[in-house]
Amino acid sequence: MRAVITVIGKDRVGIIAGVSTILADCNVNILDLSQTIMQDVFTMIMLVDISRSTVTFSGLSESLDAKGRELGLSIRIQHEDIFSSMHRI
Amino acid sequence: MISPFEVIETIKMIQEEKLDIRTITMGISLLDCCDPNAGEACRKIYDKITGLASDLVRVGEDIEREYGIPIINKRISVTPIALVAGSSGEEDYVMFARAMERAADQVGVNFIGGFSALVHKGYTNGDRRLIHSIPEALSVTRKVCSSVNVATTKAGINMDAVREMGLIIKEAASLTADQGGLACAKLVVFANVPEDNPFMAGAFHGIGEPECVINVGVSGPGAIKSALEEVRGADFGVVAETIKKKAFKITRMGQLVAQEASRRLGVSFGIVDLSLAPTPSVGDSVAHILEEMGVEKCGAHGTTAALALLNDAVKKGGTMASSYVGGLSGAFIPVSEDAGMIDAVRCGALSLEKLEAMTCVCSVGLDMIAVPGDTSSDTISAIIADEIAIGVINNKTTAVRIIPSPGKEVGDLVEFGGLLGSGPVMKVSRYGSGEFIKRGGRIPAPIHSLSN
Repeated sequence: MRAVITVIGKDRVGIIAGVSTILADCNVNILDLSQTIMQDVFTMIMLVDISRSTVTFSGLSESLDAKGRELGLSIRIQHEDIFSSMHRI
Repeated sequence: MISPFEVIETIKMIQEEKLDIRTITMGISLLDCCDPNAGEACRKIYDKITGLASDLVRVGEDIEREYGIPIINKRISVTPIALVAGSSGEEDYVMFARAMERAADQVGVNFIGGFSALVHKGYTNGDRRLIHSIPEALSVTRKVCSSVNVATTKAGINMDAVREMGLIIKEAASLTADQGGLACAKLVVFANVPEDNPFMAGAFHGIGEPECVINVGVSGPGAIKSALEEVRGADFGVVAETIKKKAFKITRMGQLVAQEASRRLGVSFGIVDLSLAPTPSVGDSVAHILEEMGVEKCGAHGTTAALALLNDAVKKGGTMASSYVGGLSGAFIPVSEDAGMIDAVRCGALSLEKLEAMTCVCSVGLDMIAVPGDTSSDTISAIIADEIAIGVINNKTTAVRIIPSPGKEVGDLVEFGGLLGSGPVMKVSRYGSGEFIKRGGRIPAPIHSLSN
Protein backbone atom coordinates (compact mmCIF):
# COMPACT_ATOMS: atom_id res chain seq x y z
CA MET A 1 0.00 0.00 0.00
CA ARG A 2 1.29 3.44 -0.91
CA ALA A 3 0.63 6.66 0.92
CA VAL A 4 1.35 10.34 0.42
CA ILE A 5 2.98 12.35 3.20
CA THR A 6 2.63 16.11 2.99
CA VAL A 7 4.58 18.60 5.06
CA ILE A 8 3.32 22.16 4.94
CA GLY A 9 4.59 25.15 6.90
CA LYS A 10 7.60 27.38 7.42
CA ASP A 11 10.92 26.11 6.14
CA ARG A 12 13.53 25.23 8.77
CA VAL A 13 16.51 22.97 9.39
CA GLY A 14 15.82 19.28 9.96
CA ILE A 15 12.43 18.71 8.32
CA ILE A 16 13.52 15.95 5.95
CA ALA A 17 15.78 14.45 8.61
CA GLY A 18 12.97 14.41 11.16
CA VAL A 19 10.43 12.82 8.84
CA SER A 20 12.78 10.32 7.24
CA THR A 21 14.07 9.14 10.62
CA ILE A 22 10.54 8.22 11.66
CA LEU A 23 9.97 6.46 8.35
CA ALA A 24 13.23 4.51 8.60
CA ASP A 25 12.42 3.49 12.18
CA CYS A 26 9.07 2.15 11.00
CA ASN A 27 10.52 0.41 7.94
CA VAL A 28 8.65 2.66 5.52
CA ASN A 29 10.32 3.09 2.13
CA ILE A 30 10.42 6.50 0.42
CA LEU A 31 9.57 6.09 -3.28
CA ASP A 32 9.55 9.69 -4.42
CA LEU A 33 10.01 13.11 -2.92
CA SER A 34 9.47 16.65 -4.09
CA GLN A 35 9.66 19.94 -2.32
CA THR A 36 8.77 23.41 -3.36
CA ILE A 37 7.79 26.81 -2.05
CA MET A 38 4.15 27.49 -2.94
CA GLN A 39 2.73 30.90 -2.07
CA ASP A 40 5.59 31.43 0.42
CA VAL A 41 4.83 28.17 2.15
CA PHE A 42 7.25 25.28 2.29
CA THR A 43 5.60 22.19 0.84
CA MET A 44 7.14 18.75 0.77
CA ILE A 45 5.38 15.77 -0.74
CA MET A 46 6.61 12.21 -0.28
CA LEU A 47 5.28 9.05 -1.84
CA VAL A 48 5.99 6.14 0.48
CA ASP A 49 5.44 2.40 0.54
CA ILE A 50 3.95 1.33 3.86
CA SER A 51 3.30 -2.32 3.03
CA ARG A 52 6.26 -3.44 5.18
CA SER A 53 5.69 -0.89 7.93
CA THR A 54 6.30 -2.21 11.45
CA VAL A 55 3.60 0.04 12.93
CA THR A 56 -0.09 0.47 12.10
CA PHE A 57 -1.31 3.27 9.86
CA SER A 58 -2.67 5.19 12.85
CA GLY A 59 0.58 4.67 14.77
CA LEU A 60 2.56 6.13 11.89
CA SER A 61 0.09 8.96 11.49
CA GLU A 62 0.38 9.85 15.18
CA SER A 63 4.23 9.81 15.14
CA LEU A 64 4.26 12.12 12.12
CA ASP A 65 1.70 14.41 13.69
CA ALA A 66 3.78 14.64 16.87
CA LYS A 67 6.92 15.45 14.84
CA GLY A 68 4.92 18.11 13.01
CA ARG A 69 3.94 19.76 16.28
CA GLU A 70 7.54 19.63 17.47
CA LEU A 71 8.76 21.37 14.29
CA GLY A 72 5.81 23.76 14.07
CA LEU A 73 4.57 22.30 10.78
CA SER A 74 1.61 20.33 9.55
CA ILE A 75 2.56 16.76 8.61
CA ARG A 76 -0.10 14.36 7.41
CA ILE A 77 -0.22 10.97 5.79
CA GLN A 78 -3.03 9.86 3.51
CA HIS A 79 -3.70 6.81 1.38
CA GLU A 80 -2.54 7.52 -2.19
CA ASP A 81 -5.94 6.59 -3.65
CA ILE A 82 -7.62 9.75 -2.41
CA PHE A 83 -5.43 11.83 -4.72
CA SER A 84 -5.44 9.47 -7.68
CA SER A 85 -9.21 8.99 -7.59
CA MET A 86 -9.83 12.73 -7.41
CA HIS A 87 -7.41 13.78 -10.15
CA ARG A 88 -7.20 10.81 -12.52
CA ILE A 89 -9.92 9.30 -14.67
CA MET B 1 3.34 10.46 -9.22
CA ILE B 2 0.49 12.81 -8.46
CA SER B 3 1.65 16.38 -8.97
CA PRO B 4 2.27 18.58 -5.92
CA PHE B 5 -0.41 20.98 -7.13
CA GLU B 6 -3.00 18.22 -7.17
CA VAL B 7 -2.00 17.05 -3.72
CA ILE B 8 -2.25 20.59 -2.39
CA GLU B 9 -5.60 21.15 -4.12
CA THR B 10 -7.07 18.09 -2.41
CA ILE B 11 -5.70 19.09 0.98
CA LYS B 12 -6.95 22.66 0.55
CA MET B 13 -10.43 21.41 -0.36
CA ILE B 14 -10.54 19.38 2.84
CA GLN B 15 -8.76 21.75 5.22
CA GLU B 16 -9.91 25.18 4.12
CA GLU B 17 -13.01 24.60 2.03
CA LYS B 18 -14.58 22.10 4.41
CA LEU B 19 -15.02 19.31 1.90
CA ASP B 20 -16.27 16.25 3.70
CA ILE B 21 -18.24 13.10 3.29
CA ARG B 22 -21.50 14.04 4.98
CA THR B 23 -22.63 10.52 5.64
CA ILE B 24 -22.09 6.83 5.12
CA THR B 25 -25.56 5.39 5.46
CA MET B 26 -26.19 1.67 5.76
CA GLY B 27 -29.58 0.65 4.43
CA ILE B 28 -31.02 -2.41 6.14
CA SER B 29 -34.14 -4.35 5.17
CA LEU B 30 -36.35 -5.18 8.15
CA LEU B 31 -38.94 -7.09 6.13
CA ASP B 32 -37.94 -10.35 7.85
CA CYS B 33 -38.54 -8.77 11.27
CA CYS B 34 -42.35 -8.75 10.92
CA ASP B 35 -44.05 -10.58 13.76
CA PRO B 36 -47.61 -10.78 15.13
CA ASN B 37 -46.10 -10.03 18.52
CA ALA B 38 -44.84 -6.43 18.56
CA GLY B 39 -42.31 -7.06 21.34
CA GLU B 40 -40.83 -9.91 19.35
CA ALA B 41 -40.70 -7.74 16.21
CA CYS B 42 -38.81 -5.06 18.17
CA ARG B 43 -36.33 -7.66 19.40
CA LYS B 44 -35.75 -8.88 15.82
CA ILE B 45 -35.28 -5.29 14.64
CA TYR B 46 -32.71 -4.58 17.34
CA ASP B 47 -30.84 -7.82 16.67
CA LYS B 48 -30.77 -7.34 12.92
CA ILE B 49 -29.55 -3.74 13.03
CA THR B 50 -26.91 -4.35 15.68
CA GLY B 51 -25.75 -7.46 13.82
CA LEU B 52 -25.32 -5.87 10.40
CA ALA B 53 -24.12 -2.43 11.50
CA SER B 54 -21.78 -3.46 14.33
CA ASP B 55 -18.67 -2.43 12.35
CA LEU B 56 -20.12 0.57 10.52
CA VAL B 57 -18.74 3.27 12.80
CA ARG B 58 -15.31 1.64 13.16
CA VAL B 59 -14.95 1.19 9.40
CA GLY B 60 -16.04 4.80 8.85
CA GLU B 61 -13.42 6.02 11.31
CA ASP B 62 -10.70 3.85 9.74
CA ILE B 63 -11.43 5.26 6.29
CA GLU B 64 -11.50 8.78 7.69
CA ARG B 65 -8.05 8.29 9.21
CA GLU B 66 -6.40 6.51 6.31
CA TYR B 67 -7.65 8.80 3.56
CA GLY B 68 -7.61 11.98 5.60
CA ILE B 69 -11.18 12.90 4.62
CA PRO B 70 -13.65 13.78 7.38
CA ILE B 71 -16.76 11.61 7.47
CA ILE B 72 -19.21 13.64 9.50
CA ASN B 73 -21.98 11.12 10.16
CA LYS B 74 -22.52 7.40 10.11
CA ARG B 75 -26.20 6.55 9.76
CA ILE B 76 -28.66 3.74 9.26
CA SER B 77 -31.82 3.65 7.20
CA VAL B 78 -34.38 0.88 7.52
CA THR B 79 -37.50 -0.41 5.78
CA PRO B 80 -40.47 1.92 6.44
CA ILE B 81 -41.58 0.81 9.89
CA ALA B 82 -45.26 0.94 8.90
CA LEU B 83 -44.59 -2.08 6.66
CA VAL B 84 -42.85 -4.01 9.42
CA ALA B 85 -45.05 -3.06 12.37
CA GLY B 86 -48.25 -3.55 10.38
CA SER B 87 -48.09 -7.32 10.96
CA SER B 88 -48.51 -6.84 14.70
CA GLY B 89 -51.73 -6.04 16.52
CA GLU B 90 -50.04 -3.17 18.36
CA GLU B 91 -51.81 0.20 18.12
CA ASP B 92 -48.98 2.36 19.39
CA TYR B 93 -45.74 2.18 17.39
CA VAL B 94 -43.60 4.23 19.79
CA MET B 95 -42.02 0.99 20.99
CA PHE B 96 -40.65 0.45 17.47
CA ALA B 97 -39.02 3.88 17.55
CA ARG B 98 -37.49 3.02 20.90
CA ALA B 99 -36.10 -0.23 19.49
CA MET B 100 -34.54 1.73 16.60
CA GLU B 101 -33.03 4.21 19.08
CA ARG B 102 -31.57 1.45 21.23
CA ALA B 103 -30.00 -0.20 18.18
CA ALA B 104 -28.61 3.15 16.98
CA ASP B 105 -27.10 3.81 20.42
CA GLN B 106 -25.60 0.34 20.55
CA VAL B 107 -23.77 0.64 17.20
CA GLY B 108 -22.89 4.33 17.78
CA VAL B 109 -24.44 5.89 14.67
CA ASN B 110 -25.61 9.52 14.62
CA PHE B 111 -29.08 8.98 13.17
CA ILE B 112 -31.44 6.20 12.16
CA GLY B 113 -34.14 6.86 9.57
CA GLY B 114 -37.16 4.88 8.50
CA PHE B 115 -39.90 5.57 11.02
CA SER B 116 -41.82 6.08 7.83
CA ALA B 117 -44.99 5.44 5.86
CA LEU B 118 -45.79 5.63 2.15
CA VAL B 119 -49.35 6.87 1.83
CA HIS B 120 -49.43 8.59 -1.55
CA LYS B 121 -52.54 6.71 -2.58
CA GLY B 122 -54.02 5.79 0.76
CA TYR B 123 -53.44 4.41 4.24
CA THR B 124 -53.01 0.84 5.39
CA ASN B 125 -53.80 0.18 9.05
CA GLY B 126 -50.05 0.13 9.74
CA ASP B 127 -49.60 3.51 8.03
CA ARG B 128 -52.38 5.06 10.10
CA ARG B 129 -50.95 3.78 13.38
CA LEU B 130 -47.45 4.83 12.47
CA ILE B 131 -48.47 8.38 11.59
CA HIS B 132 -50.41 8.69 14.85
CA SER B 133 -47.29 7.57 16.73
CA ILE B 134 -44.91 10.07 15.07
CA PRO B 135 -45.20 13.00 17.55
CA GLU B 136 -44.48 10.90 20.62
CA ALA B 137 -41.92 8.70 18.84
CA LEU B 138 -39.88 11.75 17.84
CA SER B 139 -40.14 13.40 21.23
CA VAL B 140 -38.97 10.39 23.27
CA THR B 141 -36.05 9.54 20.97
CA ARG B 142 -33.07 11.60 19.81
CA LYS B 143 -31.72 9.75 16.79
CA VAL B 144 -34.86 8.43 15.13
CA CYS B 145 -35.99 10.23 11.97
CA SER B 146 -39.36 9.98 10.31
CA SER B 147 -40.76 10.61 6.85
CA VAL B 148 -44.13 10.31 5.16
CA ASN B 149 -44.60 10.22 1.39
CA VAL B 150 -47.95 11.85 0.64
CA ALA B 151 -47.81 12.09 -3.15
CA THR B 152 -46.27 10.78 -6.34
CA THR B 153 -46.52 11.96 -9.93
CA LYS B 154 -48.18 8.65 -10.82
CA ALA B 155 -50.67 8.58 -7.94
CA GLY B 156 -51.43 12.26 -7.33
CA ILE B 157 -51.63 13.90 -3.91
CA ASN B 158 -53.27 12.29 -0.89
CA MET B 159 -54.83 15.43 0.59
CA ASP B 160 -56.15 13.54 3.62
CA ALA B 161 -52.54 12.77 4.48
CA VAL B 162 -51.50 16.37 3.77
CA ARG B 163 -54.19 17.57 6.19
CA GLU B 164 -53.17 15.06 8.84
CA MET B 165 -49.45 15.90 8.56
CA GLY B 166 -50.28 19.52 9.44
CA LEU B 167 -51.82 18.27 12.69
CA ILE B 168 -48.99 15.81 13.35
CA ILE B 169 -46.34 18.53 12.87
CA LYS B 170 -48.17 20.83 15.30
CA GLU B 171 -48.41 18.06 17.88
CA ALA B 172 -44.75 17.09 17.45
CA ALA B 173 -43.79 20.74 17.97
CA SER B 174 -45.87 21.07 21.13
CA LEU B 175 -44.41 17.87 22.64
CA THR B 176 -40.91 19.31 22.20
CA ALA B 177 -41.81 22.93 22.96
CA ASP B 178 -38.92 23.24 25.44
CA GLN B 179 -36.49 22.50 22.57
CA GLY B 180 -38.05 24.88 20.07
CA GLY B 181 -40.12 22.12 18.45
CA LEU B 182 -37.08 19.96 17.72
CA ALA B 183 -39.14 16.84 16.87
CA CYS B 184 -40.26 18.56 13.65
CA ALA B 185 -36.63 18.82 12.52
CA LYS B 186 -36.61 15.02 12.37
CA LEU B 187 -39.77 14.74 10.27
CA VAL B 188 -40.10 15.20 6.50
CA VAL B 189 -43.19 15.15 4.30
CA PHE B 190 -42.35 14.05 0.75
CA ALA B 191 -43.59 13.85 -2.80
CA ASN B 192 -41.86 11.30 -5.06
CA VAL B 193 -39.60 10.16 -2.23
CA PRO B 194 -36.41 8.36 -3.33
CA GLU B 195 -35.82 4.90 -1.83
CA ASP B 196 -32.05 5.16 -1.53
CA ASN B 197 -31.51 8.60 0.01
CA PRO B 198 -28.67 8.59 2.56
CA PHE B 199 -29.57 12.04 3.99
CA MET B 200 -31.67 12.65 7.08
CA ALA B 201 -34.33 13.18 8.07
CA GLY B 202 -35.78 11.57 4.94
CA ALA B 203 -33.67 8.41 4.67
CA PHE B 204 -35.36 5.02 4.58
CA HIS B 205 -34.55 1.69 2.94
CA GLY B 206 -37.02 1.26 0.11
CA ILE B 207 -38.76 -1.95 -0.82
CA GLY B 208 -36.85 -2.23 -4.11
CA GLU B 209 -33.55 -2.22 -2.26
CA PRO B 210 -31.36 -5.25 -1.44
CA GLU B 211 -31.00 -6.83 2.00
CA CYS B 212 -28.24 -4.44 3.04
CA VAL B 213 -26.55 -1.62 1.14
CA ILE B 214 -24.08 1.25 1.57
CA ASN B 215 -25.08 4.70 0.29
CA VAL B 216 -22.86 7.73 0.61
CA GLY B 217 -23.75 11.42 0.65
CA VAL B 218 -21.10 13.99 -0.19
CA SER B 219 -20.96 17.66 0.71
CA GLY B 220 -18.71 20.50 -0.42
CA PRO B 221 -20.41 23.89 -0.95
CA GLY B 222 -17.20 25.57 0.27
CA ALA B 223 -15.11 23.96 -2.47
CA ILE B 224 -17.54 25.15 -5.18
CA LYS B 225 -17.66 28.68 -3.76
CA SER B 226 -13.89 28.85 -3.66
CA ALA B 227 -13.58 27.63 -7.27
CA LEU B 228 -16.03 30.34 -8.39
CA GLU B 229 -13.96 33.02 -6.63
CA GLU B 230 -11.26 32.27 -9.20
CA VAL B 231 -13.54 33.10 -12.15
CA ARG B 232 -15.19 36.31 -10.94
CA GLY B 233 -16.81 38.24 -13.78
CA ALA B 234 -16.56 35.36 -16.29
CA ASP B 235 -19.65 34.39 -18.32
CA PHE B 236 -22.05 31.59 -17.36
CA GLY B 237 -20.39 29.04 -19.65
CA VAL B 238 -17.25 29.39 -17.55
CA VAL B 239 -19.26 29.31 -14.31
CA ALA B 240 -21.00 26.07 -15.29
CA GLU B 241 -17.76 24.48 -16.43
CA THR B 242 -16.00 25.44 -13.17
CA ILE B 243 -18.79 23.94 -11.05
CA LYS B 244 -18.85 20.74 -13.11
CA LYS B 245 -15.13 20.18 -12.67
CA LYS B 246 -15.27 20.75 -8.93
CA ALA B 247 -18.38 18.61 -8.52
CA PHE B 248 -16.58 15.83 -10.36
CA LYS B 249 -13.71 15.92 -7.88
CA ILE B 250 -16.01 16.07 -4.88
CA THR B 251 -18.03 13.12 -6.12
CA ARG B 252 -14.92 11.05 -6.90
CA MET B 253 -14.11 11.25 -3.24
CA GLY B 254 -17.61 10.04 -2.37
CA GLN B 255 -17.28 7.20 -4.83
CA LEU B 256 -13.94 6.14 -3.33
CA VAL B 257 -15.30 6.18 0.21
CA ALA B 258 -18.47 4.33 -0.82
CA GLN B 259 -16.54 1.58 -2.58
CA GLU B 260 -14.06 1.23 0.25
CA ALA B 261 -16.77 1.15 2.93
CA SER B 262 -18.79 -1.42 1.02
CA ARG B 263 -15.70 -3.61 0.45
CA ARG B 264 -14.61 -3.49 4.09
CA LEU B 265 -18.12 -4.14 5.42
CA GLY B 266 -18.86 -6.85 2.86
CA VAL B 267 -22.05 -5.03 1.88
CA SER B 268 -23.10 -4.06 -1.65
CA PHE B 269 -22.53 -0.48 -2.82
CA GLY B 270 -25.78 1.32 -3.59
CA ILE B 271 -25.34 4.91 -4.70
CA VAL B 272 -23.48 8.15 -4.20
CA ASP B 273 -25.81 11.07 -3.54
CA LEU B 274 -24.37 14.13 -5.29
CA SER B 275 -25.96 16.64 -2.99
CA LEU B 276 -24.29 19.87 -2.02
CA ALA B 277 -25.18 19.80 1.66
CA PRO B 278 -24.37 22.92 3.67
CA THR B 279 -23.63 23.12 7.38
CA PRO B 280 -24.08 26.12 9.69
CA SER B 281 -20.32 26.73 9.84
CA VAL B 282 -18.80 29.63 7.92
CA GLY B 283 -17.51 28.66 4.47
CA ASP B 284 -19.95 25.78 3.98
CA SER B 285 -22.95 27.60 2.54
CA VAL B 286 -24.98 27.09 -0.65
CA ALA B 287 -26.36 30.64 -0.32
CA HIS B 288 -22.82 32.01 -0.53
CA ILE B 289 -22.28 30.18 -3.85
CA LEU B 290 -25.33 31.95 -5.27
CA GLU B 291 -24.04 35.26 -3.94
CA GLU B 292 -20.62 34.54 -5.46
CA MET B 293 -22.41 34.23 -8.82
CA GLY B 294 -23.52 37.82 -8.45
CA VAL B 295 -26.81 38.17 -6.57
CA GLU B 296 -26.25 40.63 -3.74
CA LYS B 297 -28.10 38.48 -1.21
CA CYS B 298 -29.61 35.04 -1.55
CA GLY B 299 -33.28 35.63 -2.37
CA ALA B 300 -32.71 38.67 -4.62
CA HIS B 301 -34.03 38.43 -8.19
CA GLY B 302 -31.77 36.09 -10.15
CA THR B 303 -31.42 33.63 -7.27
CA THR B 304 -33.63 30.98 -8.88
CA ALA B 305 -31.66 31.12 -12.14
CA ALA B 306 -28.36 30.93 -10.26
CA LEU B 307 -29.59 27.92 -8.30
CA ALA B 308 -30.84 26.21 -11.48
CA LEU B 309 -27.41 26.55 -13.06
CA LEU B 310 -25.68 25.33 -9.89
CA ASN B 311 -27.94 22.31 -9.48
CA ASP B 312 -27.61 21.23 -13.09
CA ALA B 313 -23.84 21.67 -13.22
CA VAL B 314 -23.39 19.69 -9.98
CA LYS B 315 -25.37 16.82 -11.49
CA LYS B 316 -23.48 16.91 -14.77
CA GLY B 317 -20.07 16.90 -13.08
CA GLY B 318 -21.05 14.39 -10.42
CA THR B 319 -22.74 11.86 -12.66
CA MET B 320 -19.57 11.15 -14.57
CA ALA B 321 -17.60 10.70 -11.34
CA SER B 322 -19.68 7.89 -9.90
CA SER B 323 -20.81 4.56 -11.29
CA TYR B 324 -24.19 4.79 -9.54
CA VAL B 325 -25.87 8.03 -8.59
CA GLY B 326 -29.11 8.29 -6.66
CA GLY B 327 -30.81 9.69 -3.59
CA LEU B 328 -31.69 13.35 -3.66
CA SER B 329 -28.69 14.50 -5.77
CA GLY B 330 -28.77 18.28 -6.07
CA ALA B 331 -28.16 21.38 -4.01
CA PHE B 332 -29.87 21.51 -0.62
CA ILE B 333 -31.27 24.75 0.70
CA PRO B 334 -32.07 24.06 4.37
CA VAL B 335 -32.47 27.47 5.96
CA SER B 336 -31.30 26.77 9.51
CA GLU B 337 -28.33 24.69 8.35
CA ASP B 338 -26.81 27.31 6.07
CA ALA B 339 -25.13 30.45 7.43
CA GLY B 340 -25.83 32.40 4.22
CA MET B 341 -29.53 31.44 4.20
CA ILE B 342 -29.89 32.47 7.84
CA ASP B 343 -28.33 35.87 7.06
CA ALA B 344 -30.54 36.31 4.00
CA VAL B 345 -33.71 35.63 6.00
CA ARG B 346 -32.63 37.92 8.83
CA CYS B 347 -31.95 40.86 6.55
CA GLY B 348 -35.27 40.38 4.75
CA ALA B 349 -33.81 39.24 1.40
CA LEU B 350 -35.20 35.72 1.50
CA SER B 351 -38.89 34.90 2.02
CA LEU B 352 -40.86 31.68 2.15
CA GLU B 353 -42.34 32.49 -1.26
CA LYS B 354 -38.90 32.86 -2.84
CA LEU B 355 -37.73 29.64 -1.22
CA GLU B 356 -40.73 27.88 -2.73
CA ALA B 357 -39.74 29.16 -6.17
CA MET B 358 -36.15 28.01 -5.61
CA THR B 359 -37.30 24.49 -4.81
CA CYS B 360 -38.67 24.20 -8.37
CA VAL B 361 -35.12 24.01 -9.70
CA CYS B 362 -33.16 22.25 -7.00
CA SER B 363 -33.13 19.23 -4.79
CA VAL B 364 -35.59 18.61 -1.96
CA GLY B 365 -37.80 21.51 -0.92
CA LEU B 366 -38.81 23.74 1.97
CA ASP B 367 -36.23 22.48 4.40
CA MET B 368 -35.59 23.38 8.04
CA ILE B 369 -37.89 26.36 8.06
CA ALA B 370 -39.02 27.77 11.39
CA VAL B 371 -42.41 29.50 11.36
CA PRO B 372 -44.34 31.21 14.18
CA GLY B 373 -45.63 28.90 16.90
CA ASP B 374 -49.19 30.10 16.38
CA THR B 375 -49.27 29.02 12.71
CA SER B 376 -52.38 26.87 12.31
CA SER B 377 -52.26 23.25 11.23
CA ASP B 378 -54.34 24.20 8.16
CA THR B 379 -51.71 26.71 7.08
CA ILE B 380 -48.94 24.15 7.56
CA SER B 381 -50.93 21.63 5.51
CA ALA B 382 -51.43 24.24 2.81
CA ILE B 383 -47.69 25.01 2.73
CA ILE B 384 -47.10 21.28 2.35
CA ALA B 385 -49.74 21.03 -0.41
CA ASP B 386 -48.10 23.83 -2.42
CA GLU B 387 -44.65 22.31 -2.17
CA ILE B 388 -45.85 18.78 -2.90
CA ALA B 389 -47.76 20.03 -5.97
CA ILE B 390 -44.48 21.42 -7.36
CA GLY B 391 -42.94 17.97 -7.08
CA VAL B 392 -45.91 16.10 -8.50
CA ILE B 393 -46.39 18.34 -11.52
CA ASN B 394 -42.68 18.63 -12.29
CA ASN B 395 -41.94 14.94 -11.77
CA LYS B 396 -39.32 15.56 -9.10
CA THR B 397 -38.80 14.98 -5.41
CA THR B 398 -39.96 17.76 -3.14
CA ALA B 399 -40.31 17.79 0.61
CA VAL B 400 -41.26 19.93 3.58
CA ARG B 401 -39.48 20.02 6.91
CA ILE B 402 -41.13 22.85 8.81
CA ILE B 403 -40.99 23.74 12.48
CA PRO B 404 -43.84 25.77 14.01
CA SER B 405 -41.75 26.69 17.01
CA PRO B 406 -43.98 27.09 20.10
CA GLY B 407 -43.99 30.59 21.58
CA LYS B 408 -41.78 32.02 18.83
CA GLU B 409 -42.61 34.92 16.57
CA VAL B 410 -41.31 36.29 13.28
CA GLY B 411 -37.72 37.50 13.76
CA ASP B 412 -36.92 35.20 16.70
CA LEU B 413 -34.11 32.69 16.30
CA VAL B 414 -34.69 29.03 17.21
CA GLU B 415 -31.65 26.99 18.23
CA PHE B 416 -31.66 23.33 17.17
CA GLY B 417 -27.99 22.60 17.75
CA GLY B 418 -25.34 20.66 15.83
CA LEU B 419 -25.82 20.16 12.09
CA LEU B 420 -29.44 21.32 12.40
CA GLY B 421 -28.23 24.86 13.17
CA SER B 422 -30.50 27.73 14.16
CA GLY B 423 -33.51 28.95 12.26
CA PRO B 424 -34.84 32.50 12.04
CA VAL B 425 -38.64 32.38 12.32
CA MET B 426 -40.14 33.22 8.91
CA LYS B 427 -43.35 34.98 8.03
CA VAL B 428 -46.29 32.99 6.66
CA SER B 429 -49.39 34.36 4.94
CA ARG B 430 -51.93 35.78 7.39
CA TYR B 431 -54.78 34.62 5.17
CA GLY B 432 -56.32 31.24 5.91
CA SER B 433 -56.46 28.03 3.87
CA GLY B 434 -58.85 26.13 6.14
CA GLU B 435 -61.67 25.57 3.65
CA PHE B 436 -59.21 24.30 1.04
CA ILE B 437 -57.57 21.80 3.38
CA LYS B 438 -60.92 20.65 4.83
CA ARG B 439 -62.01 19.18 1.49
CA GLY B 440 -59.80 16.08 1.79
CA GLY B 441 -59.67 13.29 -0.78
CA ARG B 442 -57.05 13.01 -3.49
CA ILE B 443 -55.78 15.42 -6.11
CA PRO B 444 -55.59 13.24 -9.27
CA ALA B 445 -52.31 12.40 -10.95
CA PRO B 446 -51.32 15.01 -13.53
CA ILE B 447 -51.24 14.51 -17.29
CA HIS B 448 -47.80 14.62 -18.82
CA SER B 449 -48.52 15.51 -22.37
CA LEU B 450 -49.53 19.02 -23.48
CA SER B 451 -46.70 20.32 -21.25
CA ASN B 452 -46.92 24.04 -20.76
